[in-house]
Amino acid sequence: MKTIQVFDPAMCCSSGVCGADVDPLLVGFSADVDWAKQNGIAIERFNLAQQPMAFAENAIVKGLLERSGESALPVILVDGELALAGRYPSRDDLARWAGATLPSKPKSAAGGCCSGGSCC
Amino acid sequence: MKFLEEAPRFLFFTGKGGVGKTSIACAAAIQLAASGQRVLLVSTDPASNVGQVFGVVIGHQVTAIAAVPRLSALEIDPQAAAQAYRDRLISPVRGVLPDAVVKGIEEQLSGACTTEIAAFDEFTALLTDAALTQDYEHVVFDTAPTGHTIRLLQLPGAWSGFLQAGKGDASCLGPLAGLEKHRSQYSAAVAALADPARTRLVLVTRAQQASLREAARTHSELEAIGLSQQYLVMNGLFPQSEAGTDPLAAAICQREQAAVAAMPAALLALPLDAIELKPFNLVGLEALRQLLVATPPQPTEAPADQPRIAAPSLSLLVDDIAAEGHGLVMLMGKGGVGKTTLAAAVAVELAQRGLRVHLTTSDPAAHLMETLHGSMPGLTVSRIDPHEVTETYRAQVLLSKGAALDAAGRALLEEDLRSPCTEEIAVFQAFSRVIREAGKQFVVMDTAPTGHTLLLLDATGAYHRDVVRQLVDKGAHFTTPMMQLQDPQQTKVLLVTLAETTPVLEAANLQADLRRAGIEPWAWIINNSVAATQVSSPLLRRRAHNELREIESVVTQHARRYAVVPLLQDEPVGVERLLQLSQPLACKKDI
Repeated sequence: MKTIQVFDPAMCCSSGVCGADVDPLLVGFSADVDWAKQNGIAIERFNLAQQPMAFAENAIVKGLLERSGESALPVILVDGELALAGRYPSRDDLARWAGATLPSKPKSAAGGCCSGGSCC
Repeated sequence: MKFLEEAPRFLFFTGKGGVGKTSIACAAAIQLAASGQRVLLVSTDPASNVGQVFGVVIGHQVTAIAAVPRLSALEIDPQAAAQAYRDRLISPVRGVLPDAVVKGIEEQLSGACTTEIAAFDEFTALLTDAALTQDYEHVVFDTAPTGHTIRLLQLPGAWSGFLQAGKGDASCLGPLAGLEKHRSQYSAAVAALADPARTRLVLVTRAQQASLREAARTHSELEAIGLSQQYLVMNGLFPQSEAGTDPLAAAICQREQAAVAAMPAALLALPLDAIELKPFNLVGLEALRQLLVATPPQPTEAPADQPRIAAPSLSLLVDDIAAEGHGLVMLMGKGGVGKTTLAAAVAVELAQRGLRVHLTTSDPAAHLMETLHGSMPGLTVSRIDPHEVTETYRAQVLLSKGAALDAAGRALLEEDLRSPCTEEIAVFQAFSRVIREAGKQFVVMDTAPTGHTLLLLDATGAYHRDVVRQLVDKGAHFTTPMMQLQDPQQTKVLLVTLAETTPVLEAANLQADLRRAGIEPWAWIINNSVAATQVSSPLLRRRAHNELREIESVVTQHARRYAVVPLLQDEPVGVERLLQLSQPLACKKDI
């Protein structure tokens, strides 16, 4: 099972509805992440406004930010390797990357949405 | 006082800025201490004068008040708490991530939600850590969290992940992530708040329509999430005994009685205490000891003389505004300071000069507007109902963006849509259609987005800025709404305040917030000034004198330009009375 990491832009809430216009992709993606967790996929999200250290400590993400600024986000890493940048993946992408044949029985979410380190 | 009878362990005082909740909280703490109880007073008033009141430096640590046996106090500065929170998050990445990225993070963390939650974080421990407060029978707070904060803390969907994982620092909780306290502490804090045996909420209001409406809203919002034990305190009631002393005093009495008679139904069921306006300043221990004691009508003290002020009138400000021939005028300030009335006064003054004006309001009680519509050539009036546009906006988002979500996802989205930012954005979008007219005529608005909202709107992405950059490169003429608002030739922001400590401070905070967004408020208007009228009532004279210090601080510390608008005997409805508001103070006929 591979681990998916999602590095979100700075948002004041995970669905991003506080912005000028609600990004439907973002709302949809929040639901997809929820679905992925239900299905036992290891997926973590990092919000730039809340866990900036996670961005600074990851060489790939930091490099992208230095080159392209915040527009590089979101960045998606699969087992630490760059899978996608600048847009959100689909539910199919998530399943494929995780390499999981999806169990029909939902498992409990593993690990919440922080890395489990000392981000909070 | 009913609100102090059989007081539970925790007492929260809440109400709009300037209603006097800090004074009442102090007075309540003094009284409880006097009755033999050990009391901890916690203030989050940004203008905290608790230290001043007791003549000691308090600050961010529990300090025993020598002058009052059994009383200790603690001051929490919400702005400083939010700043500390931001620093904690941001300083490790400063210089590590690109500057522009760090700046974006800072902006996201500058909203009202962050401040509110950082302050709540500060006093969570006081509610839940028995060891911290075991030395006290009562903990008195001069503030209360809003419904939005508590719902965020309660949100089951957001909690479940943490609870399953069984660790204290995982969260999808938006602005809550990054806070130090453990989640279990938050749920314990919320439980303590909702327990009537432990917590009493005291709504403090003035006998004014806007203030009562706000109290009713707070009441229903907090009741809906379980804070059922609520009391109402009507502060600063103008004493009947003064009504005979001059016409303005009589008019104030009458206006207050009308407001109380029309009190929102939701408040009627609450135990009510009334506190009369005192002839003395609420500074110092002795004054506070007297506040909650019903005093028999005092023999009229020797009336102070009428202060004389030489302040510019609103009419002078409007002369400068009119010189541009067109443009956007936004009146900004906290609720209850009279933005709508002054917006109408400015619009009427402009129309009087033969200019075309569109006045647009978001005041839910817009009877003022109805009387104006069609009353002057060149003046058009329209209205936006903030509640309605916000509901429409929420419904749209839920329908279009939430359709694919499951129940938990929808609940999260719905909660996010209840944030104060949502209303501001919805209202501002509704207004933005009207704003475009400002190129050809005057548009006067009684509301304005905060700097935080503007920056969020402007940050609708790097994409937007790219478009601007490309257009500028090609030499094309292009203005974004943000650019329009930042240009003083096109937009004038008028900050409205009252000549009282807390409202002046709140206006100064709004100014700082706008400056962050690159908008410089053009002028300040001090509304409802008693110092700018002629009064003979001793109470009103006292108030007039107290105003001078506040007016002085606006003039010397905050405003580039300013005007003072007198308190009128009659509610300024209709063109005639609105024009009166703007008159030069010297020409004003004596009342």
